[in-house]
Amino acid sequence: MDDDDRVFKALADPTRRHLLDRLFERDGRTLGELEADLEMTRFGVMKHLRVLEDAGLVTTRRSGREKHHFLNPVPIRLIHDRWIDKYTEHRVSALAELKTRLEESA
Amino acid sequence: MSAVATQTDQVSAVFIRATPEQVWEAITKPEFTTKYFYGTAVDSTFEVGSPYLSLSEDRSQRLAEGEVLECDPPRLLRHTWRTLYDEGASAEPPSRVTWEIEPQEDGTTKLTVVHDQLEASPLTAASVSGGWTYILSGLKTLLETGEPLVSR
Repeated sequence: MDDDDRVFKALADPTRRHLLDRLFERDGRTLGELEADLEMTRFGVMKHLRVLEDAGLVTTRRSGREKHHFLNPVPIRLIHDRWIDKYTEHRVSALAELKTRLEESA
Repeated sequence: MSAVATQTDQVSAVFIRATPEQVWEAITKPEFTTKYFYGTAVDSTFEVGSPYLSLSEDRSQRLAEGEVLECDPPRLLRHTWRTLYDEGASAEPPSRVTWEIEPQEDGTTKLTVVHDQLEASPLTAASVSGGWTYILSGLKTLLETGEPLVSR
């Protein structure tokens, strides 16, 4: 599996995307905080975090007995840069912004 | 790491197909940093206690400044960070940036940047947020392809 395969595989799961969303809201959470709103065993959450870590989407730092998880968007940025160059960037972000605005007001 | 992780820390990492020595060069030489670090030239002797400066490409302006806290090539570089390109952020206390370089078993090198001690510097935290992601993906592309990534 190459780097991109690992990223796409990791993102192809709603629980794992939910974990990334939680870290996007607030970074540096512990396993205890991340499992709190998931109906899943601690072991299950750990397995998902492991897949995210292997794909480079989550990095961890230890502090004493606690392990903190950080969202690492670098692999997503690399995928972005592969297909969206500086010329298409403006067009793409204008359309993305339009969609967000229209759907918010709907 | 002696640091205690807190929730204001910003941690970014990337695996690069290059040696730790090449990654070290890319971090410490201005001819590299101008190609992926928003066009800025790093300027430092990298001796502990000496200044770490981030200059505009023509060297006329200081965009960030700090002091080298630890330097262990090609493994670790740690320096303080004060943002100078934003008035509010430059009035905040200095924060800290650590570059960690670790060779991996598969021949790649893992580069991790930790920007911490940001608790009292929310404007700095907001202004660098997302920036490290951009910088690290640019650095990886530069080292692996020899070409800078995108527009600065």
